[in-house]
Amino acid sequence: MTPKSRLHIPRPPARPGDAPDFSYLALSQAGAVARPDFTTPAREIENLAHELVRVLDDEGVANGEWDPELSKEQLIEALRLMVLTRQFDDRMQRVQRQGKISFYMQSLGEEAVSIGQGMALESGDMLFPSYRNQGLFILRNTSLVDLMCQCLSNTRDMCKGRQMPIMYHNRQANLFSVSGNLGTQYPQAVGWAMASAIKGEDHISASWVGDGSTAESDFHYALTFAAVYQAPVILNVVNNQWAISTFQGFAGGERRSFAARGLGLGIPGVRVDGNDLLAVYAVTEWAAQRARQGHGPTLIEHVTYRGGAHSTSDDPSRYRPKDEWDAFPLGDPVKRLKQHLVKAGHWSDEQQAELENEMKEVVLDAWKEAVTYGTMTEGPQLDMRIMFDDVYEEMPENLKRQREQLMELRGVKS
Amino acid sequence: MKQMNMIQAINSALDLVMDKDPSVIIFGEDVGYFGGVFRCTDGLQAKYGEHRVIDAPIAEGGIIGSAIGIGVNGLRPVVEIQFADYIYPGLDQIISELARLRYRSGGEYFSPVTVRAPCGGGIRGGQTHSQSPEALFTHLSGIKTVMPSTPYDAKGLLISSIESNDPVVFFEPKRIYNGPFDGDPNKPSIPWSKHPGGEVPEDYYSIPLGKATVVEEGDELSIITYGTMVHVAQAAVSNAGISADIIDIRSLVPLDIETLRLSVEKTGRCLIAHEASRFSGFGAELSATVQEECFWHLQAPIERVAGWETPYPHAFEWDYFPGQERIMAGIRKVMEAA
Ligand SMILES: Cc1ncc(C[n+]2csc(CCOP(=O)(O)OP(=O)(O)O)c2C)c(N)n1
Ligand SMILES: [Mg+2]
Repeated sequence: MTPKSRLHIPRPPARPGDAPDFSYLALSQAGAVARPDFTTPAREIENLAHELVRVLDDEGVANGEWDPELSKEQLIEALRLMVLTRQFDDRMQRVQRQGKISFYMQSLGEEAVSIGQGMALESGDMLFPSYRNQGLFILRNTSLVDLMCQCLSNTRDMCKGRQMPIMYHNRQANLFSVSGNLGTQYPQAVGWAMASAIKGEDHISASWVGDGSTAESDFHYALTFAAVYQAPVILNVVNNQWAISTFQGFAGGERRSFAARGLGLGIPGVRVDGNDLLAVYAVTEWAAQRARQGHGPTLIEHVTYRGGAHSTSDDPSRYRPKDEWDAFPLGDPVKRLKQHLVKAGHWSDEQQAELENEMKEVVLDAWKEAVTYGTMTEGPQLDMRIMFDDVYEEMPENLKRQREQLMELRGVKS
Repeated sequence: MKQMNMIQAINSALDLVMDKDPSVIIFGEDVGYFGGVFRCTDGLQAKYGEHRVIDAPIAEGGIIGSAIGIGVNGLRPVVEIQFADYIYPGLDQIISELARLRYRSGGEYFSPVTVRAPCGGGIRGGQTHSQSPEALFTHLSGIKTVMPSTPYDAKGLLISSIESNDPVVFFEPKRIYNGPFDGDPNKPSIPWSKHPGGEVPEDYYSIPLGKATVVEEGDELSIITYGTMVHVAQAAVSNAGISADIIDIRSLVPLDIETLRLSVEKTGRCLIAHEASRFSGFGAELSATVQEECFWHLQAPIERVAGWETPYPHAFEWDYFPGQERIMAGIRKVMEAA
């Protein structure tokens, strides 16, 4: 009998009630992957798309050529930023539960991606984040109060009440406006990099999407344009294994890595341990050098795990084992960097506990200040008139009329 | 009869057509194992298998494009787009392909795709979870556009949409998934079990596309509306203490012009309400149609109540939403005109 085609339905290795199983993840030993010179042509380094660049081993020791040899101060600063991001998420998650903000998305377990990459880039480099890159905003000194005010849609909201929580931007810090529509930022980042090259400037751009979002056409547009024009851009796929309820196999991750998506176009792909801050930093620095010195784009896949629910509207216990994160072979990025610092004699459990408390306090103080600018239900409220601003540069007559109509209805003198 | 909310009614419709017609398949993001982010497809994969209730990669253009091919090859795909706000990556496949396939192939090819999409505001979703893009689809020739306002209608209309050999975009106003909503966010929510539209036969039935329903009868004014706004209009009319026909058009394309005509000829006054922005909203088409059909019967200019011409703002949701006060102001205006 000749076999017949049969629709293949990707199945995650474990569903609720099953034992977690990450045997599908291809892992390399820390330090095992060679670091090629950054000028090496894509075709000679295709192995980077399949292996896994790791620096920190299970004992917390840095290994191999990819070790970026960060100073003690840099390492402690990275740890502080990751802990701060986690504490920020924790507080915002809780205030959402209390009904103080309408919605929230944590980056729990993925902090090393934003912090490691943000540290390796220059402040003039333009970032096009996804909704799970709050670490980039924190790293580039967006005040926590500003981030919270955005989530609160209050009188100090940078988005003037127009956006759901987490759709931040920070123009001064070169952080683009986060979009709710998946993947749209990817070709935009390529365009930004093209303009940088047209103008002969040094700055590069970087963008992030999730594993699931790589299915969107924008992902493919971005790769094609980046390859055609050799745009100075770093394109990142944050493979946290899940896209709401569908595992990464549904975005085509079953047979090839996401990093390998660029190979067909001649874009080097690098698969990196996304929970290893040192490896993330090193790979980003390498890709940035390539881009800055005219060797074109790089596609980086960060292998990590979405430690929390997709969002506050989601309940992951319906579709994945409760203890899956505990079984994830690449662990928790905060614990791993801490372990490394302790191992190197730079850090202790006491200092860690102190740091966590301190960051918790910093976040709490910011929250106390943020709510003084109003919440959805209490305190000062945004003037609803600003709803009509910024649709166009100048307000057209129809909007002026509608603004007046609303004011009349509400009995407010305009 | 059973009490159902709109989610259960949609689930029941899908279940019945899948049971009746083995060519019906469901396709979309998170629809399979998980049962959809709004749970409309809950339990269907367990019942009909992974080859009939299929999770899709996150690519709306890919979903709609491949659904067209699936439909051309003899199956009957019911696609779920997670939010109407995310239908745009699929627009080229809808506009250039799905809507025109029958026409451009001299009537030889068609693809009976139904695209379901939750739409509308009122859930603090900001601009990417609140839009009402129905007017875009009504401007295409070759596609039907439907939006129910009760569980009963949702089930009957969805069954007809799936059975239609023409493609249908089926919008589900998510604010009324769990209960009717009169536009007042400060009132405790009411479940569908307290509304006659929540009484839904468990068995198969269908409601033909292109038939409006007169939800309330009166003789001073005709209110033409659809979706969530049907309930808001009812509350506004009862507050205003006037006698009005409230017409839920249910299907935007095809449009039941006759029901509109009979009503406006009777009342001589017309108010049109929808949640979407006013400029080039579907109300413009409704207004032009009423004017053409009933000009000599009109005693006042046709009034339109709609969303402002801005994106849907998060903090000002209830200042944006055309609630009871705006409908009442519109009623006053159209009633006071000579
Ligand atoms: C165009 C579009 N389609 C669908 C959605 C709904 N949606 C929001 S997040 C998400 C899953 C994304 O998963 P992934 O890309 O892996 O990112 P992660 O959430 O895991 O960080 C989906 C389907 C959307 N926001 N935009
Ligand atoms: Mg993901």
